[in-house]
Amino acid sequence: MSEKISFEHYETEQFHDELFDDSCNPRHEAELLVWKINSLEPGELQRRQQAIERALLRMGITFNVYGHDDGTERIWPFDIVPRVVGADEWDRIESGLKQRIQALNMFIHDIYHDQEIVKDGILPEELLEDAKAFRDQCVGLSPPRGIWCHITGTDLVRNDDGQIYVLEDNLRCPSGVSYVLQNRMLMKRSFPQIFEASRVRPVVDYPSRLLRTLEYLAPRDIRNPTVVVLTPGIYNSAYYEHSFLAQQMGVQLVEGRDLVVKDGFLFMRTTSGFERVDVIYRRIDDDFIDPHVFREDSALGVPGLMDVYRRGHVALANAPGTGVADDKVIYAYVPQMVRYYLDEEIIIPNVPTYVCLNQDDRKYVLEHLDELVVKAANESGGYGMLIGPHASEEDRRKFAELIEENPRNYIAQPTLSLSRVPTIVGDHFEGRHVDLRPYILYGEEIFVLPGGLTRVALKKGSLVVNSSQGGGSKDTWVVAHPTENQTT
Amino acid sequence: MLSRVADSIYWMSRCVERAENLARFVDVTMHLILDLPDGAAETWKPLVDTTGERAFFDELYEEATQENVVRFLSFDSRYPNSIISCLRNARENARSVREAIASEMWEHLNQFYFMVKDAAECESPPTNSSDFFDEVKMASHLFKGIADSSMSRGEGWHFARLGRMIERADKTSRILDVKYYVLLPRLQYVGSTIDDLQWSAVLRSVSALEMYRKQFHGLSPHRVVEFLLLDREFPRAIQHCVIAADESLHAISGTVPGSYRNIAEQRMGQLRSELAYISVDDVISSGLHEFIDNLQMKLNAIGDGIFDTFITMRPVESQAAQQ
Repeated sequence: MSEKISFEHYETEQFHDELFDDSCNPRHEAELLVWKINSLEPGELQRRQQAIERALLRMGITFNVYGHDDGTERIWPFDIVPRVVGADEWDRIESGLKQRIQALNMFIHDIYHDQEIVKDGILPEELLEDAKAFRDQCVGLSPPRGIWCHITGTDLVRNDDGQIYVLEDNLRCPSGVSYVLQNRMLMKRSFPQIFEASRVRPVVDYPSRLLRTLEYLAPRDIRNPTVVVLTPGIYNSAYYEHSFLAQQMGVQLVEGRDLVVKDGFLFMRTTSGFERVDVIYRRIDDDFIDPHVFREDSALGVPGLMDVYRRGHVALANAPGTGVADDKVIYAYVPQMVRYYLDEEIIIPNVPTYVCLNQDDRKYVLEHLDELVVKAANESGGYGMLIGPHASEEDRRKFAELIEENPRNYIAQPTLSLSRVPTIVGDHFEGRHVDLRPYILYGEEIFVLPGGLTRVALKKGSLVVNSSQGGGSKDTWVVAHPTENQTT
Repeated sequence: MLSRVADSIYWMSRCVERAENLARFVDVTMHLILDLPDGAAETWKPLVDTTGERAFFDELYEEATQENVVRFLSFDSRYPNSIISCLRNARENARSVREAIASEMWEHLNQFYFMVKDAAECESPPTNSSDFFDEVKMASHLFKGIADSSMSRGEGWHFARLGRMIERADKTSRILDVKYYVLLPRLQYVGSTIDDLQWSAVLRSVSALEMYRKQFHGLSPHRVVEFLLLDREFPRAIQHCVIAADESLHAISGTVPGSYRNIAEQRMGQLRSELAYISVDDVISSGLHEFIDNLQMKLNAIGDGIFDTFITMRPVESQAAQQ
């Protein structure tokens, strides 16, 4: 237990490593961190790691494992070695994300109104017709301040070419930001000395910025509009995050049954009667928010909510209907959107994507199924996917049929080799693959939280970072410019 | 405050108090046994009766041995009012209002639950030592201490206090009843040394022995009943609990003290004045057990009144929107 863990024998093994260059020297922005870790007392790092795991359990930062009796709550594993991003690289990521979210917001507005992007022949019409997440109920809607996607968590990956790509835009209810804040708090508590010297840009102001973003949408001009967080309830796997954000913002956490529509306004039931609600940060999918308009069998939502929304008496974040831009086929057109709406070239590229609807792409995909990752347009969390190089002959044949049957529903991408970050494995460090989800707030201005959620695939060689499949998380440090004035 | 949140805070607080009092029950019974000359055989069964769950116990266990009864009351998840069930309940309630209570409260309750869960799951759960039950008591004290020093005296705090005080009044009355049950078949002990020992055990179980002594010096059943039932200052005495609950109820609604605007306040006020103007002689001459039975029913009615007044969703049409 008192073994000394250091980077002395660490190997990057031909992968792009976020902390070390190809000759295993620390990258400039990680030098201080590597030196500090190497100079810890033997056993110190392990002790800190265990203290953090205990704290997570104590704080109840756990997720439920479905299909088990109570008591099987797990913490989401946290690895103590942070991912470090240099200020220059971050500047580029930040401007890329701002550009992207601006274009996506214009796109969503466009397709629920005049659909100019279709009329001008940029986006094929048939794509829109078959888009499962397109909500007819949203046609002609104009959300408050013209903003549809207020809160976004975009998934980024770095391939072995060193280039960062956008893997997915999550424009519905992206989760995970609470882990960013908690991870940071735990790291600061465990390594105050390292932290102090490293000039890490702070993330602590996220809740107050989120609140400002939400208050900006309030339909009435009063000083303290009533903002609430709408959760499906304690059995939702992200419940911890919902309650954490409500607590950090100092607003009510409500469930559908706490809300009621009356005379075209929305109210919550309180011990002293009904109180009007102005803004809802909803963590329930479109399908469930209003049984009158979307799924009738939903018990989670509020009957009549959409009517109040249409009248402009309540704001919803994110707006309903944003999921259309999460469609993986529509994703492939984001670079064109950026050009079309902003007249700019895209800053952070998409992962090269073959759209099976296009005949040439389809032909290529079918001929190269053993090299490609095939994804269905509206699935997420690793479902509806074929990882060509690891799939059986039979699975590939099945997917080939699916693609032929319904080409609109599939895209394919080359298999990426995600970059790695050193991670504690037993008594030493090994590289493990990571992705990165920064969080973007779109209110009066667009704000990108410096850092984000670094998810790490803890199994050796694995590329799956999902919490349900052996993933963990790490703190993400955006290291400030030497001249920059910042406080942590 | 959201009605659902108020309800959860109220039950979170009640459940923690219930767990603490169960620990006190078990503890006082363990002490009583030590003081009884003719063994323990008939001591544990009345404890099950006191909790009002005899039929359920008989379904699950054959004999009312110490091990079985303690296991049932403390560690049996099948019994919805066992210590572990109470804490699971309290924790689930707290989880659903995490944003409305101090995070230290949640963290402590979470740890408290794991402490009991670990004890319940170990190979031989601690059914014959006081240590575990002391720990439960201390954890409950700590929970209240954290609440008192970290929550504003707003609705949330008052709902927590309301739940705690109603639960405590009910349970102090049941602890008095334990003594009643134990003594019932042994009238010859009344007034003997054994009787003395037992009454002091009862007082100790609600941490009242020292405060009692300051006030009354010698032990007499009469005075013990007076102290636990009618003392206004001792925090586990029933009258004290009712006064505190009444204060919180009025603080929540803003109703002028001494008057009522809803059924909960009315019932609470009636009970408060009954306790204020009754003498211990009246209680004993009309029968302690009957009096306690009645008191428990009144406390239940107050609980129902609170639910109807603050929690049940009222029809939309009957309410003017408040800004």
